Amino acid sequence: MLLSPALAISAVLFTLGVAGVLLRRNAIVIFMCVELMLNAVNLTFVALAQNVGLGGQVFVFFVMAVAAAEAAVGLAIILAVYRHKQSVSLQNMNLLRDG
Amino acid sequence: MGSALLCITRKNPIACALWLVVTLFSLAALFVLLDAQFIAVLQVLVYAGAIMVLFLFVIMLLNLGRPGPTDIKGPLGLGLAVVLGGTMLLLLRPLSQTVLPAGIQIPPGTIAAIQQQRGMVGAVATPLFDAYLVPFEIASVLLLAAIVGAVVLAKRKL
Repeated sequence: MLLSPALAISAVLFTLGVAGVLLRRNAIVIFMCVELMLNAVNLTFVALAQNVGLGGQVFVFFVMAVAAAEAAVGLAIILAVYRHKQSVSLQNMNLLRDG
Repeated sequence: MGSALLCITRKNPIACALWLVVTLFSLAALFVLLDAQFIAVLQVLVYAGAIMVLFLFVIMLLNLGRPGPTDIKGPLGLGLAVVLGGTMLLLLRPLSQTVLPAGIQIPPGTIAAIQQQRGMVGAVATPLFDAYLVPFEIASVLLLAAIVGAVVLAKRKL
């Protein structure tokens, strides 16, 4: 059976991350939910590495590196937007909307 | 899981971040249970340490910790989230009946044997510097680009 408890937990965590992204307006909280989703995928990799080989655990490294890079750049963008708008709410971010 | 749920429902971003730290620590414990001790250590160091410090630093730098109006969307957003989440969990049902193709499976105990032979770190490091050397180098370039990008974006005037 493919669906081990770890994979089920990972699916639920990913779903919670998606729900958080859909539910919140605070840009920083949305970033944290994205981190939650990346961690759920990491859990999948580690759980499947038990059956398929150590490549999964190596891949977790790359996911962590990408997550760190994404967090640094994303928070820098949030800082720049906050300086411009004095807010991190996504309601106020309509810079690209015309009119 | 409970901490993740609390993480997405707390009004205060700082409480939200601290619940995420609890979630990350529980994930590290799960990694230990799944025979990935080195990944668990990395999880605590990189995620619970570095990335969450970065988040809390930005929250406090922007002075967002004060109580304010909630940023949780109204009933429409809640309904959408519940429907999409329910759909994703429904998709788990067919997945629970599938099995891994036998061709890619390794015999049980192989990983434990490799870890016994090369040590916890060596078992992950050997394929990392052997079969995955090129992605490893590309990851270093990605991190360099991220450092430069973050500095350029966050700097007031170049």
